[in-house]
Amino acid sequence: MSHLLDRLNFLQSNELEKFSNGHGHVTRENRDWEDTYRNRWRHDKIVRSTHGVNCTGSCSWKIYVKSGIVTWETQQTDYPRTRADLPNHEPRGCARGASYSWYLYSANRVKNPLVRGRLMKIWRKMRETLDPIAAWTKLQADPILRASYVETRGKGGFVRATWDEATEITAAANAYTAKTYGPDRVFGFSPIPAMSMVSYAAGSRYLSLMGGVCMSFYDWYCDLPPASPMTWGEQTDVPESADWYNSGYLLLWGSNVPQTRTPDAHFYTEARYKGTKSAVICPDYSEAAKFGDVWLNAKQGTDAALAMAFGHVILREFHLDRQSEYFEDYTRKYSDFPMLVKLDEKDGKIIPGRFLRADDLDGKLGEDNNPEWKTVAYDETSKAFVAPNGSVGYRWGEDGEWNLEERAHEAETYLKMSLVLEEDHDDVLGVDFPYFGGEAYGQFATDADHPDVLTRNIPVKKIKSAQGEIAVATVFDLFCANYGLDRGLGGDWVTDDFSNDMPGTPAWAEKITGVPADKIAHVAREFADNAEKTNGKSMIIIGAAMNHWFHMDMNYRGVINMLVMCGCVGQSGGGWAHYVGQEKLRPQTGWQPLAFALDWNRPPRHMNSTSAWYAHTDQWRYETLKADEILSPTAPEGDWDISLIDYNIRAERMGWLPSAPQLKTNPLEVAKAAKNAGKEIPAYVAENLKSGNLEMSCEDPDNPANWPRNLFVWRSNLLGSSGKGHEYFLKHLLGTDHGVLGKDLGEDGGQLPKEAKWHKDAPRGKLDLLVTIDFRMSTTAVYSDIVLPTASWYEKDDMNTSDMHPFIHPLQAAVDPAYESKSDWEIFKSIAKKFQEITPGYLDKETDIVALPILHDTPAEIAQDQVKDWKKGECDLIPGKTAPAYVAVERDYTAIYDRFTALGPMLDKLGNGGKGISWDTQEEIDNLTALNGVQLDGAAAGRPKIESAIDACEIILMLAPETNGNVAVKAWKALSKATGREHAHLAEGEHGNKIRFHDIAAQPRKIISSPTWSGIESEKVSYNAGYTNVHELIPWRTLTGRQQLYQDHLWMLAFGEGFMSYRPPVDLKTITKDVQDEGDNLVLNFITPHQKWGIHSTYSDNLLMLTLNRGGPVVWISEVDAKSAGIVDNDWIEVYNANGALTARAVVSQRIKEGTTFMYHAQEKIVNTPGSEKTGHRGGIHNSVTRTVLKPTHMIGGYAQQSYGFNYYGTVGSNRDEFVVIRKMKKVDWLDKEKSWKAPAQEAAK
Amino acid sequence: MHNFLFGIFPYIALGVGIMGSVARYDRDPFTWKSSSSQMLRRKQLVLGSVLFHIGVLVIFFGHLGGLLTPIWVFDALGISHGAKQLLAVVAGGIAGIMALIGGAMLFHRRWTDPRIRKTSSVWDIAILAMLIAQLVLGLGTVFVSLGHLDGHEMVKFMSWAQGIFTFDGAAADHIFNVALVFKLHLLLGLTIILVFPFTRLVHLVSGFAAPIRYLLRPGFQIVRSRRQTALPKRNANKSTTAE
Repeated sequence: MSHLLDRLNFLQSNELEKFSNGHGHVTRENRDWEDTYRNRWRHDKIVRSTHGVNCTGSCSWKIYVKSGIVTWETQQTDYPRTRADLPNHEPRGCARGASYSWYLYSANRVKNPLVRGRLMKIWRKMRETLDPIAAWTKLQADPILRASYVETRGKGGFVRATWDEATEITAAANAYTAKTYGPDRVFGFSPIPAMSMVSYAAGSRYLSLMGGVCMSFYDWYCDLPPASPMTWGEQTDVPESADWYNSGYLLLWGSNVPQTRTPDAHFYTEARYKGTKSAVICPDYSEAAKFGDVWLNAKQGTDAALAMAFGHVILREFHLDRQSEYFEDYTRKYSDFPMLVKLDEKDGKIIPGRFLRADDLDGKLGEDNNPEWKTVAYDETSKAFVAPNGSVGYRWGEDGEWNLEERAHEAETYLKMSLVLEEDHDDVLGVDFPYFGGEAYGQFATDADHPDVLTRNIPVKKIKSAQGEIAVATVFDLFCANYGLDRGLGGDWVTDDFSNDMPGTPAWAEKITGVPADKIAHVAREFADNAEKTNGKSMIIIGAAMNHWFHMDMNYRGVINMLVMCGCVGQSGGGWAHYVGQEKLRPQTGWQPLAFALDWNRPPRHMNSTSAWYAHTDQWRYETLKADEILSPTAPEGDWDISLIDYNIRAERMGWLPSAPQLKTNPLEVAKAAKNAGKEIPAYVAENLKSGNLEMSCEDPDNPANWPRNLFVWRSNLLGSSGKGHEYFLKHLLGTDHGVLGKDLGEDGGQLPKEAKWHKDAPRGKLDLLVTIDFRMSTTAVYSDIVLPTASWYEKDDMNTSDMHPFIHPLQAAVDPAYESKSDWEIFKSIAKKFQEITPGYLDKETDIVALPILHDTPAEIAQDQVKDWKKGECDLIPGKTAPAYVAVERDYTAIYDRFTALGPMLDKLGNGGKGISWDTQEEIDNLTALNGVQLDGAAAGRPKIESAIDACEIILMLAPETNGNVAVKAWKALSKATGREHAHLAEGEHGNKIRFHDIAAQPRKIISSPTWSGIESEKVSYNAGYTNVHELIPWRTLTGRQQLYQDHLWMLAFGEGFMSYRPPVDLKTITKDVQDEGDNLVLNFITPHQKWGIHSTYSDNLLMLTLNRGGPVVWISEVDAKSAGIVDNDWIEVYNANGALTARAVVSQRIKEGTTFMYHAQEKIVNTPGSEKTGHRGGIHNSVTRTVLKPTHMIGGYAQQSYGFNYYGTVGSNRDEFVVIRKMKKVDWLDKEKSWKAPAQEAAK
Repeated sequence: MHNFLFGIFPYIALGVGIMGSVARYDRDPFTWKSSSSQMLRRKQLVLGSVLFHIGVLVIFFGHLGGLLTPIWVFDALGISHGAKQLLAVVAGGIAGIMALIGGAMLFHRRWTDPRIRKTSSVWDIAILAMLIAQLVLGLGTVFVSLGHLDGHEMVKFMSWAQGIFTFDGAAADHIFNVALVFKLHLLLGLTIILVFPFTRLVHLVSGFAAPIRYLLRPGFQIVRSRRQTALPKRNANKSTTAE
């Protein structure tokens, strides 16, 4: 009744009874106060949603709504059950996800459309008299007006705009750019479509309809391991986390499972309870380390040496001294071990060259179709050379023999792996292998005891052919020699003693990695022993760590080699578990038509972001790494002494990598000119490229004609998170205040590029317009010209899939988008509508020319078995063969919105498909017509509607084999045509299984097995990559059709990466005398792992998470290093090098290995970041001290698996080879007063 | 006027103070707190707060005991008025200075720290200012009191205070001709009682509500019964089966 009266009970006992001998009392007292807490958890409804951009954990969540407000969230627990002997998936979810609802009503929410104040002022003035496009044209023509808003980026000054104004500016800018420079000057960046596929598709569909550029993310994030496409012809395919439980041996290599894979970590724990052994490799004492039976704390960046020593032991004990039956059988069938490699002579030295091809032999082994793409092995059954089934030559141009049956042309075979026996070889030759261990610098151990070329004895066969005598050896024999294993053939640089310091042995690895040799041998032995006993149930779980080094391929290939030699790939409980920014958009083939508007026009414009940002943020102008520093001492003859950007230009020219922009001349104009000249477009372009009338944009990235002009960033924090070389973005792309401290090559007197045109003064502010679409005021938003408020993850309908589990489940609007926000789908719809409104008369129906690189999984992928540059006259320019294809695309700029909201007719004609197969999909189109209804008028009248995000979801679900059993059966049948084997049994019985949006709203649904992926969904095995390759004999999509451990492309050989070996981190030379201040002596290796209090399902500005740590950016250093620089825990410190500077608090911890420093990834400068003394600007983000560096081997194209694919292959943005100077800050300036001083470095730079 | 201020106003102030507190406690129990700003800034708080609270508590109990203890109790104990006056001046003076220093520190902190200032309500600042003013006035009375150390003035206040609590209609007459500073001190004191329920000062009562009973609890495990359970009858047999 009354709280007070209820408490006035002093005169009356409240005791009811006693128990436990009087120790316990039952009381009667007022309990109304409890209602407060009970009401706190009372709610009106629960809606299923998830966290939909970065978090590949893909956990389904219950979102609680009370009085129209999202109050909190908890984990869903209704995943379909796994089978009887396997733990269930739930609970899935972590503290980061549980804190997300904070964002909806936080101060950091973007509530209305925002436009940079000065831009808005000019725009409103101009719009009084001019139409939108004329207004934008006039604004861009006036350099002073343009600069007035460009230079204020990142300095506040936003004003509130209406949706109408904001979309009008955006659409006008896009239309102007398309007409003036070309539609390929409109860029859009958004990552990880799998996590909210419709939101991604909204932007990419708009861009693809208008001819804009969709930028990749996986390679740019450096989450793409190029070793995977090299080895498997697959971007990345990995086991689901439940499969960890089936493993007998788990090797965690640089993956901090409990911290960064929290929802999956329970499978690791459960596996340990089951008895699975585990070793953990990481330099720091991480949360995962305590899970291991053994912790190997290898020196950071030296993983390849460790992997090599593991391989050395495994080869010695399981392949050479004793041949494990299972391993030998597996590698014969599923690896390139038996394939033959030609040995080339150069200056009297012999080096491994290309795979022997049918083409090399007289009579071409009877092969007419693609003999130059069919690799050759020696068959013991017929005692002859054969071209075994399955190589890429069989994939295209013929049917039925692209499989892994042990056959060659119908005949059974038994391929020979080694020629080591006396009777098998004709000769033993000394073959050269490059050795890079002596190149280390700084704190990395240099091995000066061995030369840079190691000549080892190899057993060879000699073949007489029209080309003369060819010496060949098996991959296996070369492979063993590369690992330094003595085969009894004599010669140097091999050993049979693990304790001998010879490149490859545990003793050698101990010197480099610091891990004791006996532990290395022990772990290798256990790993292989388990794999042998269980037929491959040894697994390696890898995080991003190893992949972020410049020579990541060596680390990864070292790991992959171990797995292949132990027969682990494709076996449940075994294999390669790379969990980094997974791109498992399970219903991919249903999504692609929607996302890239393939239903209206093809091909879309895709760009590899690393090369694009490298060029357009002018990071290439500061390049310190020269090609000859990474070139192999055994490199074949060639013009290798060029800059890294020159390599990229060559790659674009030869059709290896995509370009954006593509041609210096507006493609709409080129198409008109071709038409006027009465020529076919490809021929016209080829002719004019050769004559020099047309130039590729990549050759002159700083020319205003080649700048990206408009950039959309949505679902992403490009500038605050992934933007390697952050300060270069600010300086050149945005043209605002920046913290670049170093000088460019021109100022520094460095060697200038040969192919890229050098301008003395680098441009500042290339972008006309930066539009960011976000729900929070991220770092990127802060630097934008327009910020559009988007729905949060609990306010929109969308879909979500992951590598980590086999379910598809939704994001749903638990409440309507708050404030003035709209979902991404609605935002791009409204931009499209505005575009369609303002553009008629300015742009109408136009022909565009899309430059298309040679794509993987298409017949074109076998374009270039030799490297030939048309510009150097080595071959003719043949579009699609020796250069990009130039494809005419008809666009209707007056119908962008009509097309956006309807499914176009192209699927009816061309069908649907992916990864090299295709099927008719008319039945699904008819179903969609009935399900979604049709548009009644407009340019797409009669076509199925895609009005709402749920309509879009239904398109994906209907078209994809993973969510429509009928399509799955069709897809498997399509694959059967190529392989000549029956696969449809994998989806048999699923005909009628069709998943709809409302099904997944009710419960997460398991997807259906499809040939898009290499694992299957079944009652018997968990999803595991490579499963169908091994069990269905479907070839890997590589040159040899097998897991390819030897890479024979000319550029691979030139850079010494035919085989895997240890390559020390590269010296980026960013700590120069100019930059380093006197007295600042602490220099550390800068590592940016994923953090505990942010990342994936939340961001670094989340108050709940900030409260759990230090409330702002932190940098971890070891106790010893901290002491040496007089730093104590929680001090403010400054971290800098030539790339820029950042400020943070120091976390001094025993966890960290001396010589390294950790700065958790994506800590932004919008929270609690003071000014840097060095730059005079706010203290930067983790990427303020990094710069991206390209690796030429990632540019290779037109060569089977080494061909371009969006987010599949290409240059990657590595960042771990970076070193920084760390010092304690003298003065902590929050820059919250009017600026009164400038840093000396900045003054000098001006 | 004098009669209103010192004869009637005290009842208004006490009435609002008591009824307001009851109402607040019943309507909004979760606002009954000290609203500490320690999370925002520790500096100045520890020393300032300790000085202030010790001083104020001594003064509070000094006033309470000094004013409301019937005069005959002192007489019976043989404490002369002069001795009591001296005690009040010395103890009150020391405590007052402590409280004033502490209060000044707290006020400075609340006023100058931008974060604390921003999170302070008007009443947070006003009540602190009032308390400081009251301390200044109270210390001001010390100088007057030094002029009549025999304690006869003090007896006037005791008579007034006790008159108020015994509903003596002529209570105000006792202090008709005391020095102005005393009157101001009394008025501000009454005003503080008046606004008490609307400020964070209510946490004073929390001090009395400290769960001391818990220390003397009869059992180690307390189980609260279901809400519907009726109260036991008075003198009911409390023995249980366990006994």
